[in-house]
Amino acid sequence: MKQEYIITIFSENHIGLLTRITIVFTRRKVNIESLTVSESALPGVFKFTIVIKSSKEQTQKIVSQIEKQIDVLKAFYHTNDEMVYQEIALYKVPIEALYESDSVEKMVRNAGARILEITREYVVIEKTGHKEETQALFEELNKFRVLQFIRSGRVAITREPFERLSEFLKERDAFLNALD
Amino acid sequence: MTTQKVTGSQAVILSLLEEGVDTIFGYPGGAIMPIYDALYDHDKNVKHILTRHEQGAVHAAEGYARVTGKAGICFATSGPGATNLITGIADAMIDSTPLVCITGQVASPLLGTDAFQESDVISISMPVTKWNYQITHPEEIPEVIAQAFYIAQSGRPGPVLIDITKDAQVSELDFEYKKCTKIRSYVPEMPVDPFKIKEAAEIIDNAKRPMILFGQGVLIGNAEEELKAFVEKTGIPAAWTLLGLSALPSDHPLNVGMLGMHGNYGPNLLTNEADVIIAVGMRFDDRVTGKVSVYAPEAKIIHLEIDPAEIDKIKKATVPVLGNSKKSLKMLTDNVKENSHTEWLNRFHECYEIENQKIIHNELFPEKPGLTMGEVIRITGDKTNHEAILVSDVGQHQMIASRYFKFRKSKSNVTSGGLGTMGFALPASMGAQLGQPDRTVIAVIGDGGFQMTIQELGTIAQNKLPVKIIVLNNHFLGMVRQWQQLFFEKRYSFTELQNPDFITIAKGFGITGHRVDVREGLEDGIQKMIDHPGPYLLEVTIEKEDNVFPMVPTGASVSDVMLEP
Repeated sequence: MKQEYIITIFSENHIGLLTRITIVFTRRKVNIESLTVSESALPGVFKFTIVIKSSKEQTQKIVSQIEKQIDVLKAFYHTNDEMVYQEIALYKVPIEALYESDSVEKMVRNAGARILEITREYVVIEKTGHKEETQALFEELNKFRVLQFIRSGRVAITREPFERLSEFLKERDAFLNALD
Repeated sequence: MTTQKVTGSQAVILSLLEEGVDTIFGYPGGAIMPIYDALYDHDKNVKHILTRHEQGAVHAAEGYARVTGKAGICFATSGPGATNLITGIADAMIDSTPLVCITGQVASPLLGTDAFQESDVISISMPVTKWNYQITHPEEIPEVIAQAFYIAQSGRPGPVLIDITKDAQVSELDFEYKKCTKIRSYVPEMPVDPFKIKEAAEIIDNAKRPMILFGQGVLIGNAEEELKAFVEKTGIPAAWTLLGLSALPSDHPLNVGMLGMHGNYGPNLLTNEADVIIAVGMRFDDRVTGKVSVYAPEAKIIHLEIDPAEIDKIKKATVPVLGNSKKSLKMLTDNVKENSHTEWLNRFHECYEIENQKIIHNELFPEKPGLTMGEVIRITGDKTNHEAILVSDVGQHQMIASRYFKFRKSKSNVTSGGLGTMGFALPASMGAQLGQPDRTVIAVIGDGGFQMTIQELGTIAQNKLPVKIIVLNNHFLGMVRQWQQLFFEKRYSFTELQNPDFITIAKGFGITGHRVDVREGLEDGIQKMIDHPGPYLLEVTIEKEDNVFPMVPTGASVSDVMLEP
């Protein structure tokens, strides 16, 4: 059964690693729904958050193939329920929309969105939330013609109390030292 | 250790010498010329073999790696030189062969400008390398080369490609070399879990119809003795994959033969009756399993494997045992009870008798006028005392050679298994010969594959490599023709070959050759080939439309193995 899985990858910061990772999906003809990459809390260690729709079995295999890449430290997969996740969306709406009625203001208030910038021509609104929520606000705002819209990839965090990366790195170091 | 000031190119050669490299296969060109210039000063320390095509260099490096266990080294220039390596790198990737390929690259300011002979070999090679890296600063050279060797040769081995820009080759650095022993993001092998061993041992001790399936992991892990001890203590029939061949002597009483599409009847048929399968260093390739959903349905699977990504990839493991097979087999042997499975083993013998009557005897001792591939292989194996290194190409002759050559010594079978690369054998035989100069190397090749890399006869002649080349000529792309006969109503679409006179061609390259067309001349022809001191080409005209049997048709169950069309 296909469902959304969030794959989290910790890696070294090496040029080309993004390609190596995406190849694992391409080769199996699995589409990447969303992808976010940035430096983790540990300098030099990068974190990938990738969302796919796939079966559990296929996801497990993809994760083991990713972990097999030399520069990957660790890869995990989770269902949406197992993580707290957010996406951010920006909407550009013509300024007239604000003048003509108070609907936009209500939409922003109800959606927990906020206004980032107001100019003579337009207003930029920001909302964080799940895709359905940012999409719902888009539908609403589009009644006033959204000029531009952008949604980020997903960022996600586990429900465990700590980011165990630094512990993991210590354990890995001890493990590799014990091997020789 | 003191540092010395050298150019990037000198650092490349010095690093290779630090790693104990004695042989390099390669082909020079613009972007790698500084490295070749540095090599010029080291011709006493390291042998460079100039092949006739970069594909020849990479297959030769594979042949070298497969018989020595050390990384094979090849050099190529940028652009077409680098792209010509790709087939061999892909071959090495799927067959877990350690390679360190070094390619020249245009100078770093020219990267991405479509400069002359620029190709993005890092991106191109990414899906087919275990690791790759582009060096643009000379200071990176020693460390990256040290990592390349460590990655290529440790854990599940594989090919590594290092691309070095021309400016990094000519600029200077302070050279200091330190071998790599650890990379924090890379775990080459897991320690064997003693609990898994206990669990596995209990299943093995209670098994009624167990089978061992061994693959190349045994050879790579140098675990031949450990395998033999395990097989003998448990009394379990053991069958081999194409790349596991020669890990256990062919005449061992518990060696029941080959698995897979053209494997032996018993091992295929009885897989589906086995209650326990102990898979050692093998990956349940589709050519071994046939239709997976009906493969070994009764069996609990104990999977001894170094690569965690292979566990549950194709066949769910009841007990996965991660780690090096040399260690896990030893621990398993210590934990199992001595046992025998006489009745079960007899089933394999019965199957062998059936196969012998229907297929093997006719293949090895034919009474029809046309020559068979099997008799050529049988006589060659006998006359080399089953101690030669066999290098086979891809196709019918590969299956026949693997089935009938018979081995006494380990690491004696070199073939392109996973990728099935036609043109592999001739260059791979050069590497095998250089890796094991004192052993007889026999290359068995079909007339199709021979013409894919035939130019390497020049390399063989120039370097006086005494490889014995047997071309089994049926004037067909035989395996494709066999499938056309069996599954495409004999519609022989573009499989018949009009071949040149191979003996004359060999002569043109300075290689002695001889053709055998009739049975009377066969033994003598093979003997002459073996006795000849240098390289030799023996062409044997084979019956045109012979087929390889048994056969598990694609998409069928292993228990549907066919003994005849």
